[in-house]
Amino acid sequence: MRIDRNSIAVVLVGVVLLALGPVLPSWAVSLLNVALCYGTVVLGMMLLMRTGIVSFGHGLYYCLGAYAAGLLDHFGKMPDMLLMVGAGAVTAGLVAAVLGLLLAKYRDIFFAMLSLAFSMILYGLLVKTASLGSTDGFNVAAKTVGGIVIAEDSVRIVVYSLAVVFATLSAFLLHQYLASHQGRLAGAIKDNELRVEYMGASVKAAVHRNYVISAVLAGIGGALMAVNIGHIDPEMTYWPQSGEFVFVAILSGTGSVFAPLGGALVFEAIRSFAYEYSPNTWQMVLGITMLLVMIFLPGGLWSLFTRKRGA
Amino acid sequence: MAAILDAKGLNKSFGAVTAAKDINVAVEQDSVVGLIGSNGAGKTTFINMVTGYLKPTSGAIHFDGRDITALSPRQITQLGICRSFQIPQLFNTMTVHENLLVGVGIVAAAGKRWSSDNHTYADPSKAVDAMLDEFNLGAYRDRTAGLLPEGTRKLLDIAMAMVVRPRILLLDEPTSGVSADEKFVLMDMVMAAVKQHKVTVLFVEHDMDVVERYTHRVLAFYEGRIIADGEPTDVLNDVEVRRYVIGGHIAPAGAASHA
Repeated sequence: MRIDRNSIAVVLVGVVLLALGPVLPSWAVSLLNVALCYGTVVLGMMLLMRTGIVSFGHGLYYCLGAYAAGLLDHFGKMPDMLLMVGAGAVTAGLVAAVLGLLLAKYRDIFFAMLSLAFSMILYGLLVKTASLGSTDGFNVAAKTVGGIVIAEDSVRIVVYSLAVVFATLSAFLLHQYLASHQGRLAGAIKDNELRVEYMGASVKAAVHRNYVISAVLAGIGGALMAVNIGHIDPEMTYWPQSGEFVFVAILSGTGSVFAPLGGALVFEAIRSFAYEYSPNTWQMVLGITMLLVMIFLPGGLWSLFTRKRGA
Repeated sequence: MAAILDAKGLNKSFGAVTAAKDINVAVEQDSVVGLIGSNGAGKTTFINMVTGYLKPTSGAIHFDGRDITALSPRQITQLGICRSFQIPQLFNTMTVHENLLVGVGIVAAAGKRWSSDNHTYADPSKAVDAMLDEFNLGAYRDRTAGLLPEGTRKLLDIAMAMVVRPRILLLDEPTSGVSADEKFVLMDMVMAAVKQHKVTVLFVEHDMDVVERYTHRVLAFYEGRIIADGEPTDVLNDVEVRRYVIGGHIAPAGAASHA
């Protein structure tokens, strides 16, 4: 493990966010909570984009993570937050390990559309499954953390703290991975797959591995969101949800693990304020934001920092 | 001496076009073999078949006694056959240092699983620095590969093939696009590295001065066939080779050096 400046910064930001939790107004805690859940999913999107592939179907793993967490409570009667997040990560990882065997053979629009197709298959299954609430979904109520019962008035701050811990841990570990040989291989694959194969490494295995990691992160994000919102439904795997993750990933940039988390926060802030002040045209505000980013910051919001450093 | 590479009866067709016809080549260890021929003669097709990029329509290729005909480029690389490309295949958005670090990382991650010579890198960073020195790329260490001059790109492409510590190195036109001043400098550096690591080399080349200076043996290709095989001076003075490959107007091989 390599502890560099960025690793320390990730941990410090996590500690600051944890410390701020009790003093922040409830609207800010809610905003951060959703941003951390989204940010964790987009960390995985960033890894895929660094490998040169874009998934238009990561709602699949986000939804699987949420349903795995929800089912623990719904059928398993195990409403423990840690178990729920663990179940979300494992379920998403296992499904991705299987689907990845097929997807790792495809690139570009074929990869994007095939991943979208898988997410829509899950959507179709969920809306037809009455025992899981069909289109309405069902409520999720997490009551313990590691077996310790949480007082009702502390649930919000505990859920927030859990999101901070998991997002920080995810960002820290992903940063370590990206700095490792396997992480560098992602950029090499994006640049030149032929050369990677002619140096003896398996492109397919590397793409598969990165796909599974990104799915695990989406599963964690989904499970955290289920615990946070307290309700899950098939919309979590519907195509606009996957599109939103791509949107945040492009908005953020792929230069650092800080980018997805910061980008998710900016996205949620713009969406919340746009919805508050312009309830009928909030999508237009998001659209214009994306347009401006693509024109003036093609490397995403993170390029603001790298430009400054390079100047 | 036993052949390290043995190609028998190789044929390759693309529809009605025959790119290789009954190619039979046995290459001895530590030799340097030049492949000459006009465009479309079958030289690169031969290299592509040996490195697994193309599968022969018929025939077999053995490396160190093992049949590698059906293996993928990755498997063949892992066995110890590496190549450079006519158009350098680099990681263009990465620096020269990062390009080599990716390669060293691949070998280090494989540990001693690859059967080339049980070689691995205990300290990837030091290994990259050594490669930069060996190929005189230190001045370009932090330059982006996509922005390098062509000669340096060629050199980096060859250095990346050497990272895997191959037993056979195939170079596809290593001096094409390289200025006349630089080509011998480049080849001297490559040959020094090859000699130090005891690598068998096959290289495609159009410059007969380079072929004559660096090879022990020359294979002349014409329309998918090998029309001459032997020592450089003999092959370059062969009547058929002069007619179909070199062109009659070029001075006979050895004339310049003996003048």
